[in-house]
Amino acid sequence: MRERTGSIEEPTENGDATARRPMVEARSVSKVFGSGDSELRALDAVSVTIREGEFFTLLGPSGCGKTTLLRMIAGFEHPSDGAILLDGADISGLPPYRRPVNTVFQSYALFPHLTVAGNIAFGLEMLGRPAAEVADTVERMLRMVRMEAMRDRLTSQISGGQQQRVALARALAPQPKVLLLDEPLSALDLKLRKEMQIELKRLQTETGITFVFVTHDQEEALTMSDRIAVMRDGQILQIGSPHEIYERPADHFVASFIGETNFLAATVETRTGERGRIRLPGGLVAETDLFESMAPGDAVAAVIRPEHLRVQPAGSGSGLAATVATIVYLGTDTQYHLRLESGEMLVARVQNGPSGSPGLADGAAVEASFAPTAVRVLRD
Amino acid sequence: MAEGTHRRFSVRRMPGFTSIAMLTFAMLYGPIVILVIYAFNAGESVALWEGFSLRWFVTAWDNTQVQEATFRSLIVAGAASLTATVLATMAALGTTRTRPYPGSLVIYALINQPLMVPEIVTAVALLIVFAMIKIATGYSGLIFLIAAHAAFCVPFAYLPIRARLEGMNLDYETAAADLYAPPWQVFRRVTLPLMAPGIVAGAMLAFVISLDDVVITEFVKSAGQDTLPTYMLGQLRRMVTPEVNAISTALLGVTVVLLTAFFVLNRQRR
Ligand SMILES: Nc1ncnc2c1ncn2[C@@H]1O[C@H](COP(=O)(O)OP(=O)(O)OP(=O)(O)O)[C@@H](O)[C@H]1O
Ligand SMILES: [Mg+2]
Repeated sequence: MRERTGSIEEPTENGDATARRPMVEARSVSKVFGSGDSELRALDAVSVTIREGEFFTLLGPSGCGKTTLLRMIAGFEHPSDGAILLDGADISGLPPYRRPVNTVFQSYALFPHLTVAGNIAFGLEMLGRPAAEVADTVERMLRMVRMEAMRDRLTSQISGGQQQRVALARALAPQPKVLLLDEPLSALDLKLRKEMQIELKRLQTETGITFVFVTHDQEEALTMSDRIAVMRDGQILQIGSPHEIYERPADHFVASFIGETNFLAATVETRTGERGRIRLPGGLVAETDLFESMAPGDAVAAVIRPEHLRVQPAGSGSGLAATVATIVYLGTDTQYHLRLESGEMLVARVQNGPSGSPGLADGAAVEASFAPTAVRVLRD
Repeated sequence: MAEGTHRRFSVRRMPGFTSIAMLTFAMLYGPIVILVIYAFNAGESVALWEGFSLRWFVTAWDNTQVQEATFRSLIVAGAASLTATVLATMAALGTTRTRPYPGSLVIYALINQPLMVPEIVTAVALLIVFAMIKIATGYSGLIFLIAAHAAFCVPFAYLPIRARLEGMNLDYETAAADLYAPPWQVFRRVTLPLMAPGIVAGAMLAFVISLDDVVITEFVKSAGQDTLPTYMLGQLRRMVTPEVNAISTALLGVTVVLLTAFFVLNRQRR
């Protein structure tokens, strides 16, 4: 068994999440589809611990294994190797209907032959709850998702956003220990999606239920999650709070997948304990955290976020000399594509003040400067 | 000038399209129209119009042989379509709601075998086997006819049910299992209600197919077990009166109603 967790799971900033007990644990879980030539390793020794009451997001590009991991927690797929624990107990052998876990499907999968209320009642009825309790809970759920007026409609007679709410209410009604959500917002238009993001966050806080949320939208992941696991090719690359993932990406993939970023070739100059000095193009130096393996003389990749770059007319300070290649006006921000003397390109994003964007024109000679703390190095 | 080359090809502009279509429809429905018209003939002839009357419907209605044959037809069609529908439902579930297994294609072909084997071959085979059983047991009840009809009705019931199941999103059943429904409850509460239109459609198709079967019935039936179609065939051999037209017209009416309902049900989505 490979030990992965230790190196990628950094301590969380809000000590809160780590203090709570583990709710879902994947222990070195692998999933192989097919066999022989068509063998496909959808998950490769994935280990992750999701804590009680967390809003945990699985983020990654299409085909990286997010749905597969979710379906294994729900019980629709079984691990080829490894174990899945729920609230401390190994559930690998339990069928879906014995797991206190509910799913909000991407297609919603609302039962077309039942009403809104009938859909919400389904799980409770299957659990054999008394009729009075079922009726009470259904009322409460309808109120919670603000669908009281629609209780007797068939699910084909309500809008997409309303179906989304019913799917949520149906999955929350039996009060599962964990709610799994597989890209539940991807079918909604932008405005509705923003509304539902807030709504989801509210429901999670209100119910205190552990949410495992799947998305390939990095912005959605950053705004909603307590912690994010970034996945690629069946592996988890980094686990951390949105802030950690964004500010301290572990590797090239995470850095480029989450938000925009600039990559710069750098060399390690000196090292003192965890930290060290790195030399950037144009002779600039920066102080930053280094990974264990890095020693003076090593070539490393450094990253800097576009919004951490300042753009000033040439000669005003000690920045990287560059010329403006393209200017893109984005409303709240202006984006400058800068060409360094070495030919490398940098993107800077500058917030527009009340008087509009700073008056720089294409071809202008500028300097791009940044706080020494804004630079990070990547592991690979 | 260039207009003609820009237009899309349409079979409707081919020479003779309209006349061929009209001729085809005339040949399809002309004889049936004539049959229906003469069902209302006042005279004894099926070719010479002597005025409008309902006398042949009354004659047929009062004919005890017709009554018995009709009753028998309904019993056989009812029991056979019910049996076939249950079997077909199970077959459809077994071929769509299971993991792919080796030989599933062979099973599919076997289920649809009655559609491919010439009916006369099945008829002769059944005649021989049933004769052996009848001799061995001394029993020759209607059950043989029902069993034979049920067998050839299975594929007719199977196809619409299977089509329905294949068109049904598996997510519903997955969602039900996720919401604590054990397999049996998933079937009862979700699969069955959702596939019901397919089952009803399959049952009606099987009923209609059984109702007008002649070949297999003729070979399998014991003495005095005429169904409506075999009774009519027997009548035609002796003498032809518009009574046969009247019975045919009634049968046509029932069939048209059932098949219309079948298509309506089949077109319902979800
Ligand atoms: N039942 C299956 N049989 C074979 N391969 C499968 C099966 N389910 C998933 N896969 C494969 O496993 C890989 C991971 O699939 P998965 O659905 O988990 O991706 P995902 O991260 O959810 O992607 P998306 O964002 O597109 O939903 C893919 O390459 C997929 O083709
Ligand atoms: Mg997916």
